[in-house]
Amino acid sequence: MKKQSQFLWKVLPPEEQVDTEEVKESVEEVYVYKPPIPKPWVSLGSEKEIEEESVHESTVRAKYKISRERRQFGAPIKFGDYNASSVKDSYIECTAYADKNFTVKQLEKDIAIQVIPILMDTYTQTQWKFPRNATTQYMPREFSKEERETLLQSKDLKDFLNSVSLSVEAALQQNEIMNVFIDDWKVLAEEEATFGDKTDSHLKEYQSFTDLHNIKDKTITCICWHPTIYGLIAVSIAERLSYEERVQFSGKLLLQPSLILFWSFSDPIHPQLMLQSPDDIFCFRFCPSNPNIIAGGCINGQVVLWDISAHSERIVHVKGSGSTSKKAVLKPIFLLEPDSNKDAPYVRHCAVSSIEYGHKKLVTDIHWLTDNFEVNRMGYAFENRSGICCQLVTCSIDCTIYFWDIRPTRPPPIPTDKKKEETVEVPHDVPSTFLHLDLSWRPHIRITLAKSGTTLDHCPVKLSLRNESLNYQVQDAQILQQKAQIAGEDPYHNLESGLAKILKPIEDYNTKFFVGTEDGEVIYTDWRMERDHDSGRLISQKPLNRYAVHDGSINTVQRSPFYQDIVLTIGGWNVAIWKEGVSQGPLLLSACSTKMYTSGHWSLTRPAVFFVGKEDGYIDIWDLLEKTHEPAHTQNICITSITYIRPWMFSTRQQFLAIADYFGTLHILEIPWTLSHPLVNEVQSVYHYFDREVSHLKYTEKRKEIRAKQKTELHLESEKNKSKAVQKSKEQLEAELRMNYEEYLDFEKQTLGNLGVIPETDRLSSSFRDLI
Amino acid sequence: MAEVEETLKRIQNHKGVIGTMVVNAEGIPIRTTLDNSTTVQYAGLLHQLTMKAKSTVRDIDPQNDLTFLRIRSKKHEVMVAPEVPLIPCNRKCSSPL
Repeated sequence: MKKQSQFLWKVLPPEEQVDTEEVKESVEEVYVYKPPIPKPWVSLGSEKEIEEESVHESTVRAKYKISRERRQFGAPIKFGDYNASSVKDSYIECTAYADKNFTVKQLEKDIAIQVIPILMDTYTQTQWKFPRNATTQYMPREFSKEERETLLQSKDLKDFLNSVSLSVEAALQQNEIMNVFIDDWKVLAEEEATFGDKTDSHLKEYQSFTDLHNIKDKTITCICWHPTIYGLIAVSIAERLSYEERVQFSGKLLLQPSLILFWSFSDPIHPQLMLQSPDDIFCFRFCPSNPNIIAGGCINGQVVLWDISAHSERIVHVKGSGSTSKKAVLKPIFLLEPDSNKDAPYVRHCAVSSIEYGHKKLVTDIHWLTDNFEVNRMGYAFENRSGICCQLVTCSIDCTIYFWDIRPTRPPPIPTDKKKEETVEVPHDVPSTFLHLDLSWRPHIRITLAKSGTTLDHCPVKLSLRNESLNYQVQDAQILQQKAQIAGEDPYHNLESGLAKILKPIEDYNTKFFVGTEDGEVIYTDWRMERDHDSGRLISQKPLNRYAVHDGSINTVQRSPFYQDIVLTIGGWNVAIWKEGVSQGPLLLSACSTKMYTSGHWSLTRPAVFFVGKEDGYIDIWDLLEKTHEPAHTQNICITSITYIRPWMFSTRQQFLAIADYFGTLHILEIPWTLSHPLVNEVQSVYHYFDREVSHLKYTEKRKEIRAKQKTELHLESEKNKSKAVQKSKEQLEAELRMNYEEYLDFEKQTLGNLGVIPETDRLSSSFRDLI
Repeated sequence: MAEVEETLKRIQNHKGVIGTMVVNAEGIPIRTTLDNSTTVQYAGLLHQLTMKAKSTVRDIDPQNDLTFLRIRSKKHEVMVAPEVPLIPCNRKCSSPL
């Protein structure tokens, strides 16, 4: 722009100089174009490089000019062919040849080699023309005795053992330090998934049964769950009257039937079955081998047997009847027809024991002996010939324990004679299973528990035998098969079959059992009879051990379902646990409670738990792993005293507790998971607890002895000390007396001197004498 | 001789030891505290197993050798100590704690 402005300035006529002066003022700088002035070239050495790179001809090119003679220009030409190779030197060639300078010799070569086996496929077929069995037998190589001796002496063996024993011992020590067989995963899992609340230990009410027809002023005396049918429970009813009242109302009582009622969960109002008995039943049991046989003990001392095989169908299918009777339930009771199909039938008893030879007073406890042994008249145990439970033991407050056998002792009488003698007509619908026993049944062993020193006897209230299962556990299939084999078909209707076999004695069978008495004593005795030397009669043995720890009548003597030698006794105001064989005393004796205990039972699944019922309707649940000085839980069930407790297990999740109260109501409670599911290792922990208690008892015994010794020693020492002290004091006294006398003499002298009575010379001389 | 007896007795009297056996290189028992049939059975079976274990160890590392073999089962533990020629071993291979 500056240039242009210059140009403009030059070209423009001078008239416009005035305008362009302004432009000139704005552009102060004047760019003057100077064309480049040629300068001499300064060599910087680049022409050398160019010279080097450039290509020059190094030699001068030769120039040849070849021409023909002048005269041959334009002359006629002759062309002819001839072979170049035929004429010598017609051409010159440069033959190619292998120049050794340019050949490269390969000195190294990379080659891969692989070795493969020579494979050959071939086949052959054998022809088995002559089949023959062949066997081989071999024996291991062994050293002979001499060889062994020499080897044992050899130095090699010694060195070997020396070198190896260290590592072996280290390995053994490792095993000792740590238990290598523990599966850590299993031990880590303490409990399976719990069902329900862990902290919940409250018994939940499931159902309660009251019969409005039959139960008025009645109480329940015994409960028994049906061993096989779910939801069926039997209770025995008795009048709530004392002895005098019974005597008073005896006339009225004869008219009212004494019953055992069968209740089912599906029908809380109508009992399913009613068993009749001649008098009030105070205890009864289902037979473990056949749940259709029931034995019970009456208030008048009779033992009663029922056979409900005919009704077994009816009670099994209880649920069906429950669902169809829905409509009937809505109707009030008085509208119900008395002889409808649903009404429970009365089942008469099959057999009762003989009145002369049976118990004279109330039968307090009845047990079936287990079906692996039977007892003869002497009380010795033999192998059971019939394969079924065929013997019973009962105890009564007439101070006797009787053993009964339900098999016929003599061949059944001839029918013609029987018809004449029979006074009691047996109704036709009563099964004839036990007809041979009816009214003529007598016990084959009679045991009396004599109190030493007095003519009185103990009154047994409850018994506990070894090997009794509380919940009719299902045994090994093998054992059941064996028993079934021995028993044969329908054993209870062929009771004579067993008697034909020979008795086989069982060695060393434990025939001792625990008895609880009315006075609160626990007695351990043997049921074998001894022969009295004088009279030759069979008498029962004296009790081996007697313990008086309870203050009131004992109501429960029960073995733990887990340990055969642990027995629970409940009586009066306290609870005791005993171990068979430990004679120093009970393992556990609870403190006296405020209310009297009336019933109790071990838990069926947890070894540390047992239930105790009190007279105010409260139930105490003891858990030995939690607290041993008092019950773990207490719960109120009803307003009156609890008369019987019995738990039952249907499955691992459902466990029920049947509680009977004094007013005749049966409560069914569900046991919560915490009380029914055992902890891991609970059986072992409780067993260790009992072991500790046994060792504690032994320790206290020892301490007692040591204390007694110490006491006598102390006594002796104190006597010795007394005599020594007497001597010492004599000498001391004499010395003291002498000192006192000398002091007195000095004092006397001094005072006399002070008074001036003794002449000075004497005083001085005496003082000199003193100095000397 | 007495030394041998003493060593064997010491091992046998360890807590939890059921039986002890000394077997030669071919698997023939020299001395045992168990009954004959058991001894023969154990000797035969364990000899083969020990040989196999030894060859395994050597295949993996020819400079290595089997020093101890322990077989732990649900019920028992079997310990086999083969004769081992002395090898200088570093801390890695010895394991007794």
